[in-house]
Amino acid sequence: MKRSTIDLWVGLFVAIGIAAVVFLSLKAANLTPQSADQTYTLYADFDNIGGLKVKAPIKEAGVVVGRVAAIQLDTKTYRARVTLMLDKQYTFSRDASAEILTAGLLGEQYIGLLQGGDPDELKAGEHITLTSSALVLEQLIGKFMTSFSGGNNSKASASAAQ
Amino acid sequence: MTELLLSPLRRLGHTTINAIWRLGFISRFLLAILRYSGQSLLRFNLTIREIYFAGVMSVIIVVVSGLFVGMVLGLQGYNTLSRFGSADALGALVALSLLRELGPVLAALLFSSRAGSAMTAEIGLMKATEQLDAMSVMAVNPIARVVAPRFWAGVISMPILAAMFNVMGIFGGYLIGVVMIGLDSGTFWSQMQNNVDLHYDVINGLIKSLCFGIAVTLIAVFEGYDATPTAAGVSAATTRTVVTSALVILAVDFVLTAFMF
Repeated sequence: MKRSTIDLWVGLFVAIGIAAVVFLSLKAANLTPQSADQTYTLYADFDNIGGLKVKAPIKEAGVVVGRVAAIQLDTKTYRARVTLMLDKQYTFSRDASAEILTAGLLGEQYIGLLQGGDPDELKAGEHITLTSSALVLEQLIGKFMTSFSGGNNSKASASAAQ
Repeated sequence: MTELLLSPLRRLGHTTINAIWRLGFISRFLLAILRYSGQSLLRFNLTIREIYFAGVMSVIIVVVSGLFVGMVLGLQGYNTLSRFGSADALGALVALSLLRELGPVLAALLFSSRAGSAMTAEIGLMKATEQLDAMSVMAVNPIARVVAPRFWAGVISMPILAAMFNVMGIFGGYLIGVVMIGLDSGTFWSQMQNNVDLHYDVINGLIKSLCFGIAVTLIAVFEGYDATPTAAGVSAATTRTVVTSALVILAVDFVLTAFMF
């Protein structure tokens, strides 16, 4: 076969390969909102993050505004420090609150933000101070049980006093 | 009596020594290829020719297999996901299984049987007909002239073929999920885009296929170069190429997956 024909086919092959990679990164991976220059980071400390994972979505009013970038344990306070990577087009007030919620009954956990009323905005690197922890089912049941038996005890002591 | 006991032991020792010797030989062979790559890459049209025979000629089988694997993933994934009421996640399922595992692994398996076996047979036959010796006599280094261009052609072609496999697979999943079953096209793509990460999934998949390309092509050219120079020897070498490549691909895939994900 002539060399120019081979060159043409190989050129076509490589071009289609590059097009395939571009397609995968643009259409399948959606390159756009992940790059660092379009996001800013905030921090939030939680008492308990439950089953929150890195890359979990962050939602405000149900709209995804960012993703969890990292989760660490603060060795001074022994609370979980979550790094939030938020889209630059969304800013939040200084008294915004963050809570860990669950999508559906058994779904993945995500961070729900709630915008506050403070006119000052949170800047990159600052902390969200108002946080509420994930709901841990065992603790919830535990609380329910203690309050239940506590109620019984008070009733019993009341009847004993009579 | 003692001979009866000793001979299996002797055979075991011989097999072990042989295996280790071949491992050493293949490592030195890789070093030799890398050393003479400079010379051979200067005449890049040799490599381009091999890319044509190894890569371009494998496109049809890779594309068709990718399409069918994607369609099967679409059908099976839909059956299982709809049982849990989450058929919307079909796009993510198809894309993630293709990008992370099926694309690189299946493309490499196809490549090893389509192109790897041909490389082994070609180099083995060159050795059997003493063409490699003739080159050495003419002061042409057979590793630089014959082996290195094939090696680099395989290393370059493999990620491209894997990417094509992935694209065709996603297209196949789209055909089944959206066109045939009638899922919402927007949900299909947005689920995929929400769950696929460029670095974590796409780039890692390409790195995988690059590693497979190195492994498969190295095995293919080595088996050809190492073949017993007879008709039976070349056929045995070709068989060994396909079997060893398949096992090495799966083993390397396990190790890479354990490190990456």
